[in-house]
Amino acid sequence: MVTGTEKHMVTSTSEQLKNKPIALTGEMFRRALTDSFVKLNPRLMVRNPVMFVVEVGSILTTALWIQALSGAGEAPAWYIGGVSLWLWFTVLFANFSEALAEGRGKAQADALRRARKDITAKKLSTPRHGSAFEVVASSALRKGDVFLVDAGDTIAADGEVMEGVASVDESAITGESAPVIRESGGDRSAVTGGTKVLSDWLVIRLTAEPGGGFLDRMIKLIEGAKRQKTPNEIALNILLAAFTIIFLVVCVTLLPFSIFSVAAAGQGTPITVTVLVALLVCLIPTTIGGLLSAIGIAGMDRMIRHNVIATSGRAIEAAGDVDVLLLDKTGTITLGNRMATEFTPAPGIASERLADAAQLASLADETPEGRSIVVLAKEKYGLRGREVHEIAAHFVPFSAQTRMSGVDIQGDGSMSKRIIRKGAADSIKTYIEQQGGVFPAAIQQAVQEIGRVGATPLVVSENKEVLGVIHLKDIVKGGIKERFAHLRRMGIKTVMITGDNKLTATAIAAEAGVDDFLAEAKPEDKLKLIRDYQKGGRLVAMTGDGTNDAPALAQADVAVAMNTGTQSAREAANMIDLDSNPTKLMEIVEIGKQLLMTRGTLTTFSIANDVAKYFAIIPAAFATTYPALNALNVMKLATPESAILSAVIFNALIIVALIPLALKGVKYRPVSAVQLLRRHLLIYGVGGLIAPFIGIKLVDLFLVAFGWT
Amino acid sequence: MTLNGSIQILIYLVVLVLAAKPLGKFMARVFQRERTFLDPVLGPVERFIYRMSGINPAEEMDWKANAIAMLLFNFVGLIVVYALQRLQQILPLNPQGLGAITPDSSFNTAVSFASNTNWQGYGGETTMSYLTQMLGLTVQNFVSAASGMAVLALFIRGIARHSAKTLGNFWVDMTRSTLYILLPLSIVLALVLVSQGVVQTFSPYVSVPLLEQTTDANGAKITEQVIAVGPAASQIAIKQLGTNGGGFFNVNSAHPLENPTPLSNFLEMFSILLIAAALCYTFGSMVGDTRQGWALLAAMMVILVAFVWVTYQAESTGNPRLASLGADQHSTSVNPGGNMEGKEVRFGVPNSALWGIVTTAASNGSVNSMHDSFTPIGGLGTLVMMQLGEVVFGGVGSGLYGMLVFVIVAVFVAGLLVGRTPEYLGHKIEAYEMKMASLLILIMPLTVLGLTALGVVMDAGKAAIYNPGAHGFSEVLYAFTSQGNNNGSAFGGLGANTPFYNLTGGIAMLISRYWLAVPTLALAGSLVKKKLIPTSEGTLPTHTPLFIFWLIAVVLIVGALNFLPALALGPIVEHFMMVQ
Repeated sequence: MVTGTEKHMVTSTSEQLKNKPIALTGEMFRRALTDSFVKLNPRLMVRNPVMFVVEVGSILTTALWIQALSGAGEAPAWYIGGVSLWLWFTVLFANFSEALAEGRGKAQADALRRARKDITAKKLSTPRHGSAFEVVASSALRKGDVFLVDAGDTIAADGEVMEGVASVDESAITGESAPVIRESGGDRSAVTGGTKVLSDWLVIRLTAEPGGGFLDRMIKLIEGAKRQKTPNEIALNILLAAFTIIFLVVCVTLLPFSIFSVAAAGQGTPITVTVLVALLVCLIPTTIGGLLSAIGIAGMDRMIRHNVIATSGRAIEAAGDVDVLLLDKTGTITLGNRMATEFTPAPGIASERLADAAQLASLADETPEGRSIVVLAKEKYGLRGREVHEIAAHFVPFSAQTRMSGVDIQGDGSMSKRIIRKGAADSIKTYIEQQGGVFPAAIQQAVQEIGRVGATPLVVSENKEVLGVIHLKDIVKGGIKERFAHLRRMGIKTVMITGDNKLTATAIAAEAGVDDFLAEAKPEDKLKLIRDYQKGGRLVAMTGDGTNDAPALAQADVAVAMNTGTQSAREAANMIDLDSNPTKLMEIVEIGKQLLMTRGTLTTFSIANDVAKYFAIIPAAFATTYPALNALNVMKLATPESAILSAVIFNALIIVALIPLALKGVKYRPVSAVQLLRRHLLIYGVGGLIAPFIGIKLVDLFLVAFGWT
Repeated sequence: MTLNGSIQILIYLVVLVLAAKPLGKFMARVFQRERTFLDPVLGPVERFIYRMSGINPAEEMDWKANAIAMLLFNFVGLIVVYALQRLQQILPLNPQGLGAITPDSSFNTAVSFASNTNWQGYGGETTMSYLTQMLGLTVQNFVSAASGMAVLALFIRGIARHSAKTLGNFWVDMTRSTLYILLPLSIVLALVLVSQGVVQTFSPYVSVPLLEQTTDANGAKITEQVIAVGPAASQIAIKQLGTNGGGFFNVNSAHPLENPTPLSNFLEMFSILLIAAALCYTFGSMVGDTRQGWALLAAMMVILVAFVWVTYQAESTGNPRLASLGADQHSTSVNPGGNMEGKEVRFGVPNSALWGIVTTAASNGSVNSMHDSFTPIGGLGTLVMMQLGEVVFGGVGSGLYGMLVFVIVAVFVAGLLVGRTPEYLGHKIEAYEMKMASLLILIMPLTVLGLTALGVVMDAGKAAIYNPGAHGFSEVLYAFTSQGNNNGSAFGGLGANTPFYNLTGGIAMLISRYWLAVPTLALAGSLVKKKLIPTSEGTLPTHTPLFIFWLIAVVLIVGALNFLPALALGPIVEHFMMVQ
């Protein structure tokens, strides 16, 4: 089970991670280096058919080298040895890339482990308010322990209220900005870790064993990056295996072809096994084969650096394919809290009077809405926020029964007693009418008007009189419209989910630029919406944090739970965002796409490289039988030996050269699929054709310069 | 290269593209069982066939049932052709009294005609009775082609349908392909060919006195010549239309009674690609987006034109070795110029080069000139066209489903390149599809390279090679490339009617036809089950010039990478040795 303590801790850890991304250290390089050799174990290598073939080739050429040392070789020992050495390097480089990618994950996990200490809770000696408490580390808390939470404190863990009543900001979990009441007994006694007490205090008994769950699971996930292969990776592996088999046959049949040709031409010697192995290794897609697992691990790693823990690589891959994003309005599209933007006075009431009353009523209101009213009154009418103790006032907190809050100010000589209330239109109406007052038609109209434009009306009254309405507006986050446009270009549809009525939802949807919305959404509506999209063949992603989100999260293809969310939400999701940032979904999609693109580009590059390698190896392999084939030696490589060595060396070095790309991933650009394909074909397809011609020539020049030909 | 020659080639290509839409539309109606103008005549025949053979035309079958039907039908056909050859001496319609054919040659020929390869180890006029030719070979010409078209129809339905289980009914698709498409077209073509002078008769061979008498090797006088005749036109029409290619006469369409005039040559050549080109349109029409069909046709066309150009260029340049001997290889009004060895003067260089590429692009294999006598680069062109897997037009039906497999591979890699799980026409391409696609791409090079290796190491293989040096290697490579791709054209220069080649070739043809058709149907069976993925901005369109270019690159690279080393030891080195 998870406790709030841990969540808090994780949040601080995640900040730590974010500020200091795990850099590649010398230590990590050293560890990767050792691992490269450990991974030579054929039982591990066989998981990767392409590199397994290279390893077998390395062993074979080593045997040939030993044979050559004894003077009975098919070619000079230095040459066979050189080929063999670089084949071993090829395998080692591939192993190194994988080890390096894994190393980063390990370092992340270590950082998480270290962070698992410094969190405190006010543990009570006896389960009563007012008894002595000691500040203890969360890890010291056990199920059944009782702790105190004062106003302003974050509740450390999931638990049950034993004593006290308090308003709690649960917006992090429910998405609702209005605070809720939590009290002992009844069905409002459960509190969730990560939520914040706004007023009063609570005594809470832990219902979950801390330290046993969430963080450990996370660490396991990161370290378990050795993971299972993802569906797409399996498909790619099949294709690569097919290429490997084809090239195996191409090379094996080349021996009889060569023997026949020697007889037909009446000159030369048949192709050597060394050259055949070299050709084979150069042709099979070693570049992508060697880097494939590193790419997958690095994808996981990129998620972690964005403070997202994915429970499987499959989920990351699916993220790249998402077509529909379901986004909760509150916190994702709009700022978590509504802001007061305007005062509309009732007929015959001065704006200043309304503003003054509204401010007085909100002075003690610590909710963001309350504070925004104080600020608006100050900005618009120059009303300074008065200190609560300056005036003889009694504040009435929001209660679930009255659905109002306000202030009672004792009258002194000149002034009579003022009873100011603010609240939802219907509550104030009932309240006023109970006292024999009149709720003006103009206000009724204003209330409806405000609802129509997507804002929330808050009516203010003094004694029996309605003073006016405060507009509480949902503030759409800056830049969100652009992000949605960007998503649209990627082919992703955005759907806003809100509990608001249709009118309000329409207005906000238009302002934010989402493609669609679901208003007055109940949890089961959400679930149905996801199912409908999925029936239509769409892949749906959503974020959620509340318990009531859990069914929808379980149904969605990509489900991101906020770290501050409830346990059930986190269990239903396949990713957890440590930052609890609902807009993170967009980055997750990009990381998913990057993962696929990196595989695609390196596959294309790898296969395109083969053309140049043929031009290097074929003239060299048949130099003695058919000297005429030297016309294909367009790179003008010095000797047959240098040509084959150059191809093998280039083939090995290109793996090292591409490790950074494999780890970093190909940069994602929000352009259409056609543009992206054109770009990548140009860089990795055409580039992959040309690059090895240059590279092999350079290696050859180098070999000639050192006289190794 | 001459302007005249280039214009002839251009006209050919334009007419081909123009014909693709009307015929393609008609074929789509046939496969979708919609009414056609032939229904009043053929409808009753069709229903009669179903009644006689106990087929319920309304029955839909999954891929396995269809695959079994296809294999069963082809197996029976194979047995019939084998039996006819072995027993022809006691059967009627054998005016020349030709004897039974050897078991190995019968096996090879039976496989060859059942698999739509039409590799001919035998010489028609000296081996096969009229009955064998008509009842065995011509019938197979129809049904092997129809078989390929039926598999394609099933495959297209696999792509056109979503969240379904069945692909259609092999028996119905086969019957309708034969009845509505192959038969009417063949009748029309046969009649036109007869008008051009192609023979169609049951009479025995004709003896005519020689205008110029001559003597044989022993000095004996020769005064008359036997001219082989027979029911040729009917067989030639379907051999061209059904991408069969098995000639009535040994020299195939180079024979004056099989292909007498430039017009008959044009029509025969046109018939080779006609159905294969039109099927692209049919595909687009059946999947509800004709752009998809045009895109595939465009990709095929680009490759075809490139190779026609290379081969025409090489053949019209001729042989530089002859130039040094003073031979005039320039084209003039009285001299065709270029490399005329093995070519008919009535067709010349352009029509021989064009036919050579067209017949190897489609898995037709009929010839009007001898590919063995092409320049090395010209011969390379014909080899490569087959080694691309017979997907550039290819066999009727089989070519397009082969190309669609390449499309799936191209879509897979392109999907990764744009960061999305690949999908083709609303079907997600996953591990199972890649498994089948990989298998389909893998089998052909394995068969061809493996058997060629066997041919050049075994004495039985080497003994049949007529030419020395690299050219001899090309001859063996060509033989197995042709049979391993169900093409059936012969390079020549190889005495292939031996037990070794008959047996290995027969195996190659069996593998390349049926080991490919079954995974193809399995692939269709998997695609048909998939949910439709609606297109969005993120979907990679598969009809754009960019995708066509990418598809061409995948086809060429996969083909070139498989065979480049082998080609280097054959035509490529031969070319360099010739020019040096």
